[in-house]
Amino acid sequence: MFEGLRRIGETFFDPQIIAGVMPQLLTVGLPNTLLLSVIATIIGIALGLVIATGLLATQRPVRFFCRGYVDLLRGLPHILTVYLIGQGLPLAGLSIFGKSTYAYAAFSIGLIESAYMAEIFRAGFQGVERGQVEAARTLGMTRWQAMLFVILPQGIRRVLPPLTGQFILVIKGTALVFLLGLTASQRDIFSIAQDNSINNANLSSLTAAGLLYLALTVPMTYAVAAWGRRMQRGSQRGKVAA
Amino acid sequence: MTGSSAPAEISVRFENISKSFGHVHVLKDVSASVPRGMTTCIIGPSGSGKSTLLRCTNLLERPERGKIFIEGNDITAPGVDIDKLRVRVGMVFQHFHLFSHLSVIENVALALQKVRKLPKDEAEARAAVQIAAIGLKGFEHRRSSDLSGGQQQRVAIARALAMEPHVMLFDEATSALDPELVKGVLAIMRDLAFAGMTMLVVTHEMRFAREVAGQVIFMDHGQIVETGAPAQMFDAPQTPRLKYFLEQVL
Repeated sequence: MFEGLRRIGETFFDPQIIAGVMPQLLTVGLPNTLLLSVIATIIGIALGLVIATGLLATQRPVRFFCRGYVDLLRGLPHILTVYLIGQGLPLAGLSIFGKSTYAYAAFSIGLIESAYMAEIFRAGFQGVERGQVEAARTLGMTRWQAMLFVILPQGIRRVLPPLTGQFILVIKGTALVFLLGLTASQRDIFSIAQDNSINNANLSSLTAAGLLYLALTVPMTYAVAAWGRRMQRGSQRGKVAA
Repeated sequence: MTGSSAPAEISVRFENISKSFGHVHVLKDVSASVPRGMTTCIIGPSGSGKSTLLRCTNLLERPERGKIFIEGNDITAPGVDIDKLRVRVGMVFQHFHLFSHLSVIENVALALQKVRKLPKDEAEARAAVQIAAIGLKGFEHRRSSDLSGGQQQRVAIARALAMEPHVMLFDEATSALDPELVKGVLAIMRDLAFAGMTMLVVTHEMRFAREVAGQVIFMDHGQIVETGAPAQMFDAPQTPRLKYFLEQVL
């Protein structure tokens, strides 16, 4: 019984290994994880906006294409998509980012995120009252102007909480970039922990990485929930006033 | 734009308009004319197709058959720039539809900036004039959600008028208002009518129709049943259907 506990402690919670890997996790892994998350999120938001517009398009082929894009990327295991794009593009001669695996990593995760964000944007835009668009159109605005000056500014408020929630998933999702093989200085939290755990034949560095992920994601989760509650109260107050 | 042109005094002309939603025929071969500089009120029971006819006027609904002429131009012809057309036709909705993310003055100025391409200060100067004209001076920087329904509807009217339309459409503009707020909106519509604006007004306010309209159209089941001057329509209805309708609402 105590032998078992001791072994668990040694394997997962070796304080020396945790303390040893922590500086590298904080100085190399953390900035890389955050940088990858931010780049992937920017790609995801930009592409997601375009796809969301396509999901709401009046032309059936455009809608079909965008629906297929979202279904495909949300339906595949992320690990498969990262492999196919990160390894596949250079293999296929589409070396758009040269030899920079970091860029392929960010791009592949950005693509995955764009599918999820497209759905978030679509829901947000559809939540904007139809009459708002009709009012804009009757004033002579084009579809595009109505989108830009009326739907987008109103939709953005609705989508900020779910978008931030999605960002938390991106932070965890970046762990998949280890698949693509990064140079020492490019490694994210998980890659460093994984390399360290292999070198020491001990999993405590993964525990350290886990603690770091939790320190990032848990406070954000609560912040998003509080934010969402506040927005909901705000909109209800607005209704009473109207 | 097209060869056929209406007489100058006709502002809007509907020619054999038909429209259906699924299996429901909302408009059945409707023809009517809206004279310039006059108010035409469309009355009738709910579901009679009056709002749909109004919404066809600026192609918010596209009729399946028939033609619509505005100032002699066939707007249902292929290739017509619908956005240009809509600048000439202002519209006020039952539920106001003020842009909820903008202040009062921004609501009125937005299309002046984006459609008319006026610089921001000029657009806002014109918007301020319109806002003063509907009696809401001092409310320019309020959020639209902070206003009462009546005030919101007045801003919606100012927003439409700022584009200097030739025709104004009102789709049950007072139906969503609390009774004590109806008067102020109707007063603005009355002033507008007496100033010579061409108006097409879908309404349940029979007193307004009687006082302000130059022409009243009675619709039922997607068809125009009777058309005439208000005195004739309200005092000497020709059809049993209009008689019955007036008995119910008056």
